[in-house]
Amino acid sequence: MEIKTDDYSVRYDDVTATVSCSGSLRLSGMEEYAPILEFLNDAADQQDDALNLNLCNLEFLNSSGINVLSKFVINVRQKKSPQINVIGSTKIPWQAKSLKNLQRLLPTLKLNFE
Amino acid sequence: MAQFFGDYVDEQPTNVEHLIIGFSPTSIPLKQRWRNNGLSADFLADYLQTFFVGEDEQIGLRAEIKSAVSYVANELLENAMKFNDDSVDYATSIAFHLHKDCLTFYVRNSIPKQNISKFHHFIEGLLTQDLAELYIKQLEKNATQDNAQSGLGFITMIQDYDALLGWKFDSLTDGEQEVNTVTTRVKLELPVKAYV
Repeated sequence: MEIKTDDYSVRYDDVTATVSCSGSLRLSGMEEYAPILEFLNDAADQQDDALNLNLCNLEFLNSSGINVLSKFVINVRQKKSPQINVIGSTKIPWQAKSLKNLQRLLPTLKLNFE
Repeated sequence: MAQFFGDYVDEQPTNVEHLIIGFSPTSIPLKQRWRNNGLSADFLADYLQTFFVGEDEQIGLRAEIKSAVSYVANELLENAMKFNDDSVDYATSIAFHLHKDCLTFYVRNSIPKQNISKFHHFIEGLLTQDLAELYIKQLEKNATQDNAQSGLGFITMIQDYDALLGWKFDSLTDGEQEVNTVTTRVKLELPVKAYV
């Protein structure tokens, strides 16, 4: 499964149970982000155990995008599964600043930086 | 008469390095213009890089400044485009000033009169509540509601980027039309000195 445009891509690899986001996500609001939220929720539904969310190549995320990741994490919290492992990059400054907030919403979320 | 909220100082000196970009009102749909926000924000962030030269250990700090400028400028422009008053002929502008130890942004746009008190109320919430708590509260609220707007832009600027925010609300008469305007000021302290 993949959503791909000139600016960003969101890809799901079933074998490694990993959703990878890359590029710049600056969509204008929840309506435009709806397909991405649905994509994330579908990927989580396919995994009983754990889902990796690899953001190492996501250069930019606007506040509407932060809202989408938070919505996704709250959705997983309500369903109590799967375990979410977020992989960020130390080379992309916004990630260290903003991703830790996801753990406040879902304390079992694992956050690692490469 | 103008009304001020938060940390608003009207200082846009012309004798420091600065850039002003204006966006004239247009009939092109917002969706098509949306890309300009990111392009302008990245331009400001790239432009700024010239003024930070130095040791290798500062590379990380420079990347941080670039990322912060790109994020803040993009959020400010997105807000201005979303909330401006389409019924008046008034250009949105972003003014970016580089000082030795800080950066300032002034984004000015029109605002529909009926939205002003709601915006005042939102700002008062930002200025009086515990922001860490407000941030999580807002995320939880957004998860249960299908809001078109996340209401997170200003909160994330303060929480994640230590930005100082202020607002000026004003009105002016331009020909026969009355225009209500809001100018949002954002100040970011620089972790390294700029060569200006």
